[in-house]
Amino acid sequence: MSWVIVAPILIPLATGIIAFLLREKPMGKWVSVAGSALGLLAACLLMAEVLRTGVVAAQMGNWAAPFGITFVADLLAGVMVVITAITALAVSIYATGEITRRMEYLGYHTLFQMLIVGVTGAFLTGDIFNLYVWFEVMLISSFGLLILGGRPEQIDGGVKYVTLNLISTVLFLSAVGLLYGMTGTLNMADLSIAVERVENQGLLTVVAMMFMVAFGVKAAVFPLFFWLPASYHTPAFSVSAVFAGLLTKVGVYALIRVFTLIFNHDIGYTHTVLLWVAGFTMVTGVLGAAAQMDFRKILSFHIVSQIGYMILGLALFTPLAMVGAVFYLVHHIVVKANLFLIAGVAERLTGSTDLRRIGGLYTYAPFLAFLFLIPAFSLAGFPPLSGFWAKYILVKASLEAEFWFIAFIALAVGLLTIYSMTKIWAEVFWTPHPDKITPKLSNLTRAERWRLLTPIAGLATLTVIIGLFPEPFVQFAERTAAQLLDSTAYVTAVLGGVP
Amino acid sequence: METLLSLTIGLLFAAAIYLMLARNVLRFLFGMILLSNGANLLIFTAGRLTFGVPPLIADGALLPPPDVANALPQALVLTAIVIGFGLFAFALMLVFRAYATLGTLYSDEMRVAEPLNDDLPQPAPPAFERVEKGTRT
Repeated sequence: MSWVIVAPILIPLATGIIAFLLREKPMGKWVSVAGSALGLLAACLLMAEVLRTGVVAAQMGNWAAPFGITFVADLLAGVMVVITAITALAVSIYATGEITRRMEYLGYHTLFQMLIVGVTGAFLTGDIFNLYVWFEVMLISSFGLLILGGRPEQIDGGVKYVTLNLISTVLFLSAVGLLYGMTGTLNMADLSIAVERVENQGLLTVVAMMFMVAFGVKAAVFPLFFWLPASYHTPAFSVSAVFAGLLTKVGVYALIRVFTLIFNHDIGYTHTVLLWVAGFTMVTGVLGAAAQMDFRKILSFHIVSQIGYMILGLALFTPLAMVGAVFYLVHHIVVKANLFLIAGVAERLTGSTDLRRIGGLYTYAPFLAFLFLIPAFSLAGFPPLSGFWAKYILVKASLEAEFWFIAFIALAVGLLTIYSMTKIWAEVFWTPHPDKITPKLSNLTRAERWRLLTPIAGLATLTVIIGLFPEPFVQFAERTAAQLLDSTAYVTAVLGGVP
Repeated sequence: METLLSLTIGLLFAAAIYLMLARNVLRFLFGMILLSNGANLLIFTAGRLTFGVPPLIADGALLPPPDVANALPQALVLTAIVIGFGLFAFALMLVFRAYATLGTLYSDEMRVAEPLNDDLPQPAPPAFERVEKGTRT
């Protein structure tokens, strides 16, 4: 059944190639939409298979497990692939209304689909060197997307994004080399057994820290996040939405994967470091956002702050905390991508993203204001939206683990998040526009309205559904967390019966 | 041999970090090359060094003879070299473009995306008026 697991990677790959051939034609964008819809279908099929059997594993080229390259989909990987496909579909529809013909000609749709290939591959691979390769696929596509259009801000942001991500890549590569030298294997399931045989466990912790720093740069955690707010507000809105939704989350996913499956030998050290990192990430992110006066810069800093919550779940390492981390990861992708898409429509209507230069959307575009409220309140953690349950579980987990201070920080950061969201609400929606223009949705053409607002409404509906009916999602997150904390099923699925 | 290679790797990493601390982005890139070469050597050395025995399986045999060189680290290094080369080519073009657009190679002067004095930007008409007919589809 290996086609089930490779289809979510092959479909965007094929779509990207077709979109490249059609880049001169207006057809290209519809190929991208159709490919993303097919990708979602494939992702759902994979998810169904994972739910039925537990863990799905496939060996490429029929080389037996520790020697060949393995693709594995457990519950976490499965849900990440589905949510990636949902985001890809939403953003590709939005892109039909935003991306100009010139950017299409320069290969926007191809780069976008290749980004999805890289992200999906990173979620599905079961081989640590292969993870490096997927990271590179993702990275080079994101470089292209970030500077597509070539405005000075984009080039400026691009330099910072590229340089810091390159360092993280080389660090990751060195860590893989050293880990291979110690264990003699690259297969992640095999590694989880082989690390126990390493004589010098202290050296293993050193390598674990190298992975933590490398993935920490990707995930934009506290001392390593500077590339993110320097670049995420510069590209097209479709691009920053998909970056905000997916890229940092690949880093978080890699951290969760590596620090549950492989490096759980010295939790007292590694996970304490993670706990400190989580606390500082939450606080610096939210304070950075409070100082900004630009729609997208505020949202960028909030990505950093929200990453802290996910790391918090991983750092506490209790079953309930892992439930919170998984739930947060899924909820956050939907909400964050949506907020960036809304920022795009606001810019289209009012002419800027600078909070001091725009306004009047509440009076003239109340529907957009309503659509903004849902993800914004969800991000801040208002009941009954999805963010409330995510934060509730994490705070409860930290109280149960008797980390009172970190629970307090999580709550306080939630409060400061409301402050930033209120600032956007007041400046963008409530105050009249300083230039006295009327930013009505009817200023857009009918086609544009459909193309821009459908994905926003769809993602907002998803947020409300998760919020109103959290029970099945929490149950799913509980199963996922149990699978993460007990890697037996994962290892058995990959290596067969061999212990 | 391992000692010599380890020292070389250390030297490469040290030189790379020295170069990457410079404000000049071009120097940073040179540091980047040294760093990725250091990482490649690191994988090569960590995969154990064996002399003189190529990893070939004789006709009809199922296993290679004992003490052959490990071919996997070499495959990894090869992949890493190719990827590193591609990334470096992109980064070099980006720096060139940055010099052409921003007029500087010094990273602390690159402040277009995050201006130091965050004043109000110049007024601009809303996007739907700016865009001429037919440029957006």
